[in-house]
Amino acid sequence: MKRVFPILAVLTGVLLSYALYQALVAAPTEQTMGDVQRIFYYHVPSAWTAFILFFINFFASVAYLIWRNPKADMVALVTAEVGVVFCTVVLVTGPIWARPVWGIWWTWDLRLTLTLVLWLIYVSYLVLRRFSSSGQTPLLAAVLAVFGALDVPLVYFSIWFFRTQHPQPVVGGGGSLDPRMLHALLINWLAFSCFAALVCWSRYRLEALRREVDETMALEALLEPRAPQTKTSRSGIAG
Amino acid sequence: MNYLYAAYIATWAIHIGYLSSLVRRYTRLRNEVAELKTRVEEK
Repeated sequence: MKRVFPILAVLTGVLLSYALYQALVAAPTEQTMGDVQRIFYYHVPSAWTAFILFFINFFASVAYLIWRNPKADMVALVTAEVGVVFCTVVLVTGPIWARPVWGIWWTWDLRLTLTLVLWLIYVSYLVLRRFSSSGQTPLLAAVLAVFGALDVPLVYFSIWFFRTQHPQPVVGGGGSLDPRMLHALLINWLAFSCFAALVCWSRYRLEALRREVDETMALEALLEPRAPQTKTSRSGIAG
Repeated sequence: MNYLYAAYIATWAIHIGYLSSLVRRYTRLRNEVAELKTRVEEK
């Protein structure tokens, strides 16, 4: 596996470069918005990747709740962390795109607000995992993740069922997209998905090593010969 | 055009920031492993 990783990393790098070329050069310029519309090729694939990661997090959390499998817990942690990174990209590129097109950085529109709530839920999940030292932390985090995942379909379908400022879906929603634009979009999605998979893999290995080190340290502390008790402490126990 | 570059740069800044945090955590963990090995060998 260690030999495969660098090869996959290089292939992903090549794919990301090709995707960048597709987004900045090959895809045609949109007539109304001009070049700024090219933000679409990073904004939308990042959102889709975040959604997929949050769904994996949901299934891993359910698996942990059923079987209490530590590997499922690790998958849940890793996908939530990488998902938050991609969701951050969505929340940063969105306003940068909105400013020249809508004339404002942010509006409390349903889609935008639900995306912010989604990000906050998973940030809370990570904060819980980082700062809670209770043995019940993975269980509590899994429950939070299950409820958090309910927001993902709400974010996705908010523009289908409600009137929002956010544009309607261009793929699968009845909108029309130039085939070259669609190609650039799908290539970017593929590239970001491969990148996310590689990052998740690295993060998973790091987490596995972290837990191994923690277990070894705990075992070492248990096997440590106890220091002889002092006179005062002995009398304290007796008294 | 500036907005376009800003969005692309921000995207990669976020990803690179996260990747460097992973590298930092990995380095810290490697040091802990080395320290643990030294302690075990001393016993």
